[in-house]
Amino acid sequence: MSHMQNLYLLVPLAPLLGAIAAGLFGNILGRKWSHRITIALVAVSFAASVAIFKDVMAGHQFNGTVYKWMTSGDASFEVGFLIDRLTVMMMLVVTFVSLMVHIYTIGYMEEDPGYQRFFSYISLFTFSMLMLVMANNFMQLFFGWEAVGLVSYLLIGFWFKRETAIYANLKAFLVNRVGDFGFLLGIALILMVFGTLDYAAVFANAGRYVNDFAPIPGVSWNLITAICILLFIGAMGKSAQFPLHVWLPDSMEGPTPISALIHAATMVTAGIFMVARMSPLFELSETALSFVMIIGAITALFMGFLGIIQNDIKRVVAYSTLSQLGYMTVALGASAYSVAVFHLMTHAFFKALLFLAAGSVIMAMHHDQDIRNMGGLRKYMPITWITSLIGSLALIGTPFFSGFYSKDSIIEAVEYSHLPVSGIAYAAVLAGVFVTAFYSFRMYFLVFHGEERFGKDHHDHQGDHDDEEVASDHHHGLAPGQKPHESPWVVTVPLILLAVPSVLIGLVAIEPMLFGNYFLDAIYVGENHRVLDEMHEEFHGAIAMALHSFISLPFMFALAGVVSAWYFYMKKPSIPAAIKQRFTGVYTLLDNKYYFDIFNDWFFAGGARGTSRFLWKFGDVHLIDGVMVNGTAKLVGRFSGVLRKAQTGYVYHYAFAMITGVFVLLTVRTWFE
Amino acid sequence: MIFGFHLLSVAIWLPILFGILVMATGNDRNAAMARYLALAGSILGFLVTIPLYTGFDRMASGMQFVEIHNWIPRFNIHYHLGVDGISMLFILLNSFFTPLVVIAGWQVIEKRVAQYMAAFLIMSGIINGVFASLDAVLFYVFWEAMLIPMFVIIGVWGGPNRVYAAIKFFLYTLLGSLLMLVALLYLYNQSGGSFEILEYHQMMIPMTAQILLFIAFFMAFSVKVPMFPVHTWLPDAHVEAPTGGSVILAAIMLKVGAYGFLRFSMPIAPDASHSLSGAMIALSLIAVVYIGLVALTQSDMKKLVAYSSISHMGFVTLGFFIFNAYGIEGALIQMVSHGFISGALFLCIGVLYDRVHSRQIVDYGGVANKMPVFAAFFMLFAMANSGLPGTSGFVGEFMVIMGAVKANFWYAFLAATTLVFGAAYTLWMYKRVIFGPVANDHVAHLHDINLREKVILSILAIAVLVAGLYPLPLGEVLHTSVNDLLVHMARSKL
Repeated sequence: MSHMQNLYLLVPLAPLLGAIAAGLFGNILGRKWSHRITIALVAVSFAASVAIFKDVMAGHQFNGTVYKWMTSGDASFEVGFLIDRLTVMMMLVVTFVSLMVHIYTIGYMEEDPGYQRFFSYISLFTFSMLMLVMANNFMQLFFGWEAVGLVSYLLIGFWFKRETAIYANLKAFLVNRVGDFGFLLGIALILMVFGTLDYAAVFANAGRYVNDFAPIPGVSWNLITAICILLFIGAMGKSAQFPLHVWLPDSMEGPTPISALIHAATMVTAGIFMVARMSPLFELSETALSFVMIIGAITALFMGFLGIIQNDIKRVVAYSTLSQLGYMTVALGASAYSVAVFHLMTHAFFKALLFLAAGSVIMAMHHDQDIRNMGGLRKYMPITWITSLIGSLALIGTPFFSGFYSKDSIIEAVEYSHLPVSGIAYAAVLAGVFVTAFYSFRMYFLVFHGEERFGKDHHDHQGDHDDEEVASDHHHGLAPGQKPHESPWVVTVPLILLAVPSVLIGLVAIEPMLFGNYFLDAIYVGENHRVLDEMHEEFHGAIAMALHSFISLPFMFALAGVVSAWYFYMKKPSIPAAIKQRFTGVYTLLDNKYYFDIFNDWFFAGGARGTSRFLWKFGDVHLIDGVMVNGTAKLVGRFSGVLRKAQTGYVYHYAFAMITGVFVLLTVRTWFE
Repeated sequence: MIFGFHLLSVAIWLPILFGILVMATGNDRNAAMARYLALAGSILGFLVTIPLYTGFDRMASGMQFVEIHNWIPRFNIHYHLGVDGISMLFILLNSFFTPLVVIAGWQVIEKRVAQYMAAFLIMSGIINGVFASLDAVLFYVFWEAMLIPMFVIIGVWGGPNRVYAAIKFFLYTLLGSLLMLVALLYLYNQSGGSFEILEYHQMMIPMTAQILLFIAFFMAFSVKVPMFPVHTWLPDAHVEAPTGGSVILAAIMLKVGAYGFLRFSMPIAPDASHSLSGAMIALSLIAVVYIGLVALTQSDMKKLVAYSSISHMGFVTLGFFIFNAYGIEGALIQMVSHGFISGALFLCIGVLYDRVHSRQIVDYGGVANKMPVFAAFFMLFAMANSGLPGTSGFVGEFMVIMGAVKANFWYAFLAATTLVFGAAYTLWMYKRVIFGPVANDHVAHLHDINLREKVILSILAIAVLVAGLYPLPLGEVLHTSVNDLLVHMARSKL
């Protein structure tokens, strides 16, 4: 057993070592050795994860302490691992996608002066994410939670000269902190009530508090509901759920490999993972579950709409990520935790694939990201084209593809859910299928098919780029007459390796993960929330499910979405413009992203700055320093000024005062006698 | 044990002795000698305090390394030294910082080098005396003596407005201290002629007297911490102080005030502490929220960090007055951590100031282009200041928030806003100073930190990370003392 424990340690520590090597000694190691070392160590981490997966499947789970972090009062805070099937699945996804992204980075960041720094960051991210998923207690969870936030901050602002990037990374960090604010309070409530932060102990005792009120003076909230909603606020920040979603689209300012790794496949799904992990708590509060479901439904549908009008290739994928995270959240609300985690896994593969493919396109377009300037790329970059198509088909839920199994299961689970809000949520996720198909294939057609719109002279600079330029400006584009070409093998190989699970993983994994006993110990579902059991009755194998779906509603919606995208953007490109003209109001609303950014900038950022200035000028400068401190000094000064007048220096003044004094004292004395 | 049982005396007098020696090197012709002598003295001063930690008995209640001699027998005044888990940590922290400020002033201070170095060494000894004193008069003497070197440091090596700042600092803190003297004399009378602080802890005191004592001590300590609304001297003092002065001021001097609450106010007047805790908590939360907001729009980097200090010290006083182990231990760890972090941030600002001679945020921008190594250090400390887990800044805040929930959920709610505000003011400053394209010629001509600066910042970076990743060694020495304090506080003294 002890060699397994060493293996557990190896999984997070190997990437950490890589991060330290490339970060502190990057200049000594040089580019080649920096990427060799970090990639090798992430590969070690992946291999160890595979070995652990086998071991866990053989029935060996682990829950133990690595070291004691702190003790205080009667509580002990520890760093420890919980290795069960949920953890090990996340470990596999994280290390595999991370490995792909590491390799891909060699090609994508080739010309960047911050090459070693980038490798250090993504390795550090891998470490942090692994610590998050492997945690066996809330303290370490928060630890990993914030650490991935830090690396996300560093990577969004990787090109720190660009004003938009450093705006986006600050925004991302602060919005996440708003979520963490709730998260930390939730953790504090848990510690207060349970006296421990250990998962196992908390989950085992949660049932005892079902009918308790939260120890919050002034309100009478159910304890478990309060805890769950506070924790979920953390998830809303990290997994970019409405209304804390605003940071994710802007995070696309970071280099594309991290958009794939952090802002699509892994970090943003931490919230989903967390809620699934907390299933024994969430199951005790239908209020919290309803809240989760409605937030997810809003995110799934309304973020999808925004994807339709984006012209930046990465932003389309970003909004699609938001929408898909909404789907996962809806599944959590429906108590279909395993379905949410299943979609998390399939999504990690196909969304990482879509992002990396988008990155490949961006390289070919010499860092022009506007899909209106692309078109017809399938001729020039066949591998990127095919893998993108696979990713898009998986995303929209084409039968037999991985996304189909997970997304269809979510829709079904919502249908079976008994929560009062499940009707609205069902409508939202169903409508979302059409929207997803529409924006995905709008992008696909505009990029890979139709007229070649690149190389027009809408750019005044030459196609060749030197290091500084790439780092400081994204928008280059091809020179007139220049043709795009397929990316090097370090880019295409990860695409192919990600395309394989994007197709196959759903078919293989649906039965054990949803209907088998894969998550038996890791996820708990209450008696009256067993939607999966109802689904199981309808389930007759993965193949049958796919065949059966050709006459189902979601498939019709998806097909309608693809066809309309084709019709609008290939057949009759005049239609979108006409619609835009007709519905200016709606278009403006979407173009401004429902005015969230403007409102936040004005109300929260502006409001905080205004309050700050007022408090400082009025409170500190005027009231405390002006009136109290200097006022006291002035008062003393004035008082002493009066006294000073008495000290004239004339002997007869003093003599007069003395005589008066003596006279007064004598009078007083005689008076009292 | 080389020094037998006189470790505390050595910790106090060795730096002072070296300070006098350094001063004896005279004028700036012997500057090099003064520097090396000061470095040797400060390092030695730190080394002698290490046995305090290693030889400390974690399980034992009461004071350790006790020394007691008659001093002024006529008034029953003793030279009485001793430490418990609480004060021992701060002697270490203080002695740890002295070599750092000596190195920080190595090249920057060119005039009156000997006097500058001597002031820091002497102050280091005096502050150790404050933490080690168990006799009220001895404590008071050290407490007031501490002001003199700092007054001189600000007044002589400070910025253009140094005289105003030095006097404001001096009067503000002196005024508070005088009431403490009254309180000590009252206790002397009531105890039948004793200046033993530990005896005061055991005295029965009626409620009115407790309240008055509490207020008198509060006047002295709240100014030093500083708590809202007596905090306005700190930003001015920081802005005018030289880098080393700011470092010691933020890292050590503020802790002396907070320490006073634990050594005097709470154990001597526990009933008053309980009945006034509402007000103390309110002031602490105002410090966290109000000052956190005020920090946001500061245009001077030092002012910003000064306000951030006040906000972080709000956590300390909050932790004290919720009366549970998480709160008090969290507060103590927050004090140590704030020492590392604010010290490091002031050193970082010093690094920039030495090159550009401006502390205004607008005068910078894009520093990362020219000083990548510095930017990395600054990033670490900025994140630590935002309370990122894995750095020491997280530990104290986390524990105080955990403790505050126990007292009242809404305390924790308000305190936790620092997650957002703390990150906002720190990272917004970082963004404007470090990120972006090169903003002007001054920035274009910057050169990255040299070996000397790298050494100082590396030492602090390691301290911040180690204390964040493995705070247990800090916590372990506190448990017995904090537990005893809590047990003591739970007993009424009416």
